[in-house]
Amino acid sequence: MGIIKTKGLIHEYIHRDEEGNVESIQNALAGVDIDIEKGQFVAILGHNGSGKSTLAKHMNAILKPTEGTMWVGGMDTAEDEHLWDIRQNAGMVFQNPDNQIIASVVEEDVGFGPENIGVPTDEIWQRVEESLKSVGMLKFRSHSPNKLSGGQKQRVAIAGVVAMQPDCIILDEPTAMLDPNGRKEVLKTAHLLNREKGVTIILITHYMEEVVEADKVFVMDKGEIVMEGTPREIFSQVDTLKAHRLDVPQITLLADELRKAGLPVPAGVLTREELVEVLCKL
Amino acid sequence: MSIILDKVNFVYSADTAYEIQALKNINLKIEDGEFIGIIGHTGSGKSTLIQHLNGLTKATSGGIYYNGEDIYDEDYDLRSLRNKVGLVFQYPEHQLFETTVFDDVCFGPMNQGIGKEQAQLRAFAALKSVGLPEEIYYHSPFDLSGGQKRRVAIAGVLAMKPEVLILDEPTAGLDPKGRDEILDQVAKLHEEQGITVILVSHSMEDVAKYVGRIIVMNQGEVMFDDTPKQVFGHYKELESVGLAAPQVTYLMHELHDAGIPVTTDATTVAEAKEEILKKLGR
Repeated sequence: MGIIKTKGLIHEYIHRDEEGNVESIQNALAGVDIDIEKGQFVAILGHNGSGKSTLAKHMNAILKPTEGTMWVGGMDTAEDEHLWDIRQNAGMVFQNPDNQIIASVVEEDVGFGPENIGVPTDEIWQRVEESLKSVGMLKFRSHSPNKLSGGQKQRVAIAGVVAMQPDCIILDEPTAMLDPNGRKEVLKTAHLLNREKGVTIILITHYMEEVVEADKVFVMDKGEIVMEGTPREIFSQVDTLKAHRLDVPQITLLADELRKAGLPVPAGVLTREELVEVLCKL
Repeated sequence: MSIILDKVNFVYSADTAYEIQALKNINLKIEDGEFIGIIGHTGSGKSTLIQHLNGLTKATSGGIYYNGEDIYDEDYDLRSLRNKVGLVFQYPEHQLFETTVFDDVCFGPMNQGIGKEQAQLRAFAALKSVGLPEEIYYHSPFDLSGGQKRRVAIAGVLAMKPEVLILDEPTAGLDPKGRDEILDQVAKLHEEQGITVILVSHSMEDVAKYVGRIIVMNQGEVMFDDTPKQVFGHYKELESVGLAAPQVTYLMHELHDAGIPVTTDATTVAEAKEEILKKLGR
């Protein structure tokens, strides 16, 4: 069993009127089966309202299944006694850095989580230092978070999660509010944690370019997994992705257009280097 | 008609230890009917700049002239300026508050004192112009999808009949289809009704695709002010200030360096495709 596994996961949001009668039931997750191996870098794509964030919230037991099962590190999220272990195991980073930073000094913010679970003081400082180092923010340890750029704040938020020593980090649109440089910083940090610390990364994003280096991509629509594969397998299906309200990286799109115009360019070209190489051989 | 900024300076928290000069000696002329993109890293002064254009923030020194009139003149009617220059903030859907979509869009024009009937006519036209289906006009705005909510918020500003529409990152957090839909609608408003549009964005690809002129802000100053082709030709300088060029622009440079004699100034997929086919097509 992988670090995150679901079987027939269903989540219903139930809308009630003022008297408490059920008005409508919305199936946000309609039977999801996934199995994510430890150490993988996994991306989840899907349009607004496709169920990505609902799925993410199941991964650290903020939500519980209406039907079906979700296991995190082998623990069933429906069982209350695992709650804190699951949250420690699967850390979450959200879209808006300003909503996640609480302390007035960077290092205190990062130490907040470990302190809350009763880690001894010496170890807290050790963890703070290591986590800030791992996201490249150590030299800002005594700064005030509100003086940092968006990308730097988001890295501090990631450090706060890393300090809890999770096996898995779920990033829910971490770059949506950032400028190009901030996006690059956050992506680089996620890959570094994955490569050097073996942390399983689950990245939810609307930016197709950010998915190119993932090990595996899931595409969601209407609460179901509708596509699953490597970035190349996924992005070679330009028209299917568009039907799911998604897109492909700009380079992939250009390669596809060139192919349709008659140049012998293969499907699923992902990077500029690949396209330059292909075109130079013509 | 035009907006002229003459030697505009703006200082936050003047004469304190936290003094920051957010705008330095800004000289700009924005002509009627232009489609302008403003780019710059977080904290570069973009938002401060646009808040000056409708008088929300008053310059520390310098002058702003709307259609030849000094907006800082004692007799100038700032209220009417805010009706003419509509500003859509980041995440405008957070400002929706009425019980129905239609009432929410009516709120602005009602406040202008044009009477209920007129306000309703305008709300109707505005909702139509952002492409929302009639069946949701009487739904609660909170039951809509992210992209729909954002279009309701934009309609709320359009219903005030602005001559200039300023959008601060209107596509942040939207899926690719949602991004295209909003920007296509805005481009259509610009074409069909001749509204001047100013688009603040972190997406270089979007800016390249839609605007005719780009203003690059850096540390409170205008760094470049030119056509997309010219501005993105400075991609190395853009990188040094946390920005970038569209992916296809990089590709064209790399193809050129690899010995394929393409011109390097393409900024959109369509331009790149045309140029590559011209040189390699058969």
